Amino acid sequence: MADHISSSGEGHGSVGSYLTGFVLAVILTVAAFGLVMSHAMSPSATGGAIALLAVVQIVVHLIYFLHMNGSSEQRWNVMAFTFTVLSVLVLVAGTMFIMHDTAINMMSR
Amino acid sequence: MFGKLTLSAIPYDVPILVGTFIGAAIAGLAVVGLITYYGKWGYLWREWLTSVDHKRIGVMYIVVALVALFRGFADAIMMRSQLALAYAGNPGYLPPHHYDQIFSAHGTIMIFFMAMAFMQGLMNIVVPLQIGARDVAFPFVNTLSFWMTTISFLLVNVSLFIGEFSQCGWLAYPPLSEQQFSPGVGVDYYIWAVQLSGVGTLLTGVNFFATIVKMRAPGMTYMRMPVFTWTIFCTTVLIMVAFPILTVAMGLLGLDRYLGMHFFTNDGGGNQMLYLSVIWGWGHPEVYILVLPAFGAFSEITQTFSRKPLFGYKTMVYATASIMVLSLVVWVHHFFTMGAGPNVNAFFGIMTMIIAVPTGVKIFNWLFTMYKGRIEFHATMYWVIGFMITFSIGGMTGVMLAIPASDFVLHNSLFVIAHFHNVIIGGVYFGYVAAMNFWFPKSFGFKLNEAWGKRAFWCWFIGFYVAFMPLYVVGFEGMTRRMNHYDNPEWHPWLLIAEAGAVLIACGIVCQLTQLYVSIRDRNLAENRDLTGDPWNARTLEWSTSSPPPFYNFAILPEVHELDAFAHDKEAGIDTRRAGGDYQPIHMPKNTACGFLIGAFSFVLGFGAIWYIWWLAAVGLIGVIATVIARSADNDVDYYVPVSEVARIEQEHTHNLMAAQAAE
Repeated sequence: MADHISSSGEGHGSVGSYLTGFVLAVILTVAAFGLVMSHAMSPSATGGAIALLAVVQIVVHLIYFLHMNGSSEQRWNVMAFTFTVLSVLVLVAGTMFIMHDTAINMMSR
Repeated sequence: MFGKLTLSAIPYDVPILVGTFIGAAIAGLAVVGLITYYGKWGYLWREWLTSVDHKRIGVMYIVVALVALFRGFADAIMMRSQLALAYAGNPGYLPPHHYDQIFSAHGTIMIFFMAMAFMQGLMNIVVPLQIGARDVAFPFVNTLSFWMTTISFLLVNVSLFIGEFSQCGWLAYPPLSEQQFSPGVGVDYYIWAVQLSGVGTLLTGVNFFATIVKMRAPGMTYMRMPVFTWTIFCTTVLIMVAFPILTVAMGLLGLDRYLGMHFFTNDGGGNQMLYLSVIWGWGHPEVYILVLPAFGAFSEITQTFSRKPLFGYKTMVYATASIMVLSLVVWVHHFFTMGAGPNVNAFFGIMTMIIAVPTGVKIFNWLFTMYKGRIEFHATMYWVIGFMITFSIGGMTGVMLAIPASDFVLHNSLFVIAHFHNVIIGGVYFGYVAAMNFWFPKSFGFKLNEAWGKRAFWCWFIGFYVAFMPLYVVGFEGMTRRMNHYDNPEWHPWLLIAEAGAVLIACGIVCQLTQLYVSIRDRNLAENRDLTGDPWNARTLEWSTSSPPPFYNFAILPEVHELDAFAHDKEAGIDTRRAGGDYQPIHMPKNTACGFLIGAFSFVLGFGAIWYIWWLAAVGLIGVIATVIARSADNDVDYYVPVSEVARIEQEHTHNLMAAQAAE
């Protein structure tokens, strides 16, 4: 019911903030493509660099498009976000731990 | 034009399927005929299929779950019969091609469409009432979730008669499930059914999380929330964490199959081990998504029928929350034998043993709730006590499997099958049936027949032990799961006993159907009617409104002063309803067919994609998008219930209440 959910507690940004976010997102995307296409770095360094760019990209989206910040009305959003990051980390780090161990143990790599 | 779909895809040469089709067609025609005869199509469409009322959606979910139970159980008893027959010279009556589809369908249906649908039905019926809300946060999303689940179940059943179902087990491990080894449409049916129902489940998770966070009655702090709501809260968190993983796993497998990619293939740099890790990253939390609500239901039932508050409410809440977190770090125990080293196995083995601790805490909480309580041995209570015994045994065999060294002996054997049926039947299913018996009068205004409820319990309880204890034995004797034929004479007697157990469980299901029939037949008898809305003298808010509740649930939102708000109000002599108070117009959502339409178009999309009929898939996809846009542009989605209408309905209930009190 609409009157229960409208009070999510944050503003919806301005044209300026959306534009800033958009420009940043474009720069980060182009940079990632540029790195891969120019062969400027070694393959493993390229992988690390685009992963880093992706993480920055996520942060840009969160701040400029999803309007997340540290204010008190946002406590739920921040809490939910922290839990999400934690569970993603558990899954990603766990999977890397498992797959690395398997690869070493089974001599598949 | 029709992609892979040709006439040869219809299995008219398999007598079992032809028989099933004729049976299903007759039953379907009978239902359609009856609805037409009584002229109920309009009623069904307006009041149920397009309803956004959480109570009605909940009932429909449970109807789907019961149909799925019959389908899944039919598969189960066919497997048991095959294994009772297929010994030595006898090949049994199911060829491997068919048998493999049956065990895959059994697992898929029982988890995704029986248990998940049942769980979502219960949370729909109970949670908004229990927190004193008038509906869920997003009523339209709720009907959409329901239809996504329903059409996915339909898709699985269509695979019976058009084409085939997956033969790769309920989790479709690659490389077997890759195009190379499963070129048919079976795995595609599986992928699309799981993927589409996953959308529904994820939306339910978001919806109920928002409902619980935002819409609790005034005064209901987190530590005043009923335990069932707490368990649903943790379940929705797990749904939001875990279901995207399932979506990704199915997506990558789908890309492998449809676009020739190499995520999990044998060659081309694929790694099928990764699929195991990813799918169980969803699969283990899923187990707790199913069992936590059952724990919540047991808590409500135990305290109600022991006539005292739950022992250790706070420990119950903390145990639930720690299970929620721990369930995310145990998934490797499903594949200890994959080849990861002792570091990995030791870590996940220990985490698995730790998760047994909060679960054990809960068992003691229920026991101490019953201790010195005035226990009423209601049929619902039978399921609870049966659960405590059965689930404890299942939990202990689970800890055995958590030891990597013993898992190497037992992995992939029937011991594992016995273990997880021990916890899923003994924990999840007993819990849901207990919950259905407990909350049935709230939904319909009359109680379920107790004698038949107890008969159903005894058949299920004894049937379970007769059917699954032998599987522990043959598991120890080395019998592997998913076996179609065997010639070890030591196994044969045990499998005959297991078949007898399956027959007993069938009797249990018949008793449950009889219970429904008898209860509906006798619904107007005075002892079965629930005029007060509080048939069990229960403790939480859902019992403070009438049975069935008015469509707006609460005319005046209740004020919560303490844990177990309704029990507190009854003791303090407060009228939770505040009958005759200052009624205001109530803001309610309008029914909508959009959920049904999006479901129908998704079905078309899935069916088209399964058979490579791309124009049909495009029609489905465009239909989905167009319906979503149309719905978003529609501003006529809500209305106000006038005060006079509210006052009239409330007056009627007050009248019933007074009549019921006078009769006492």
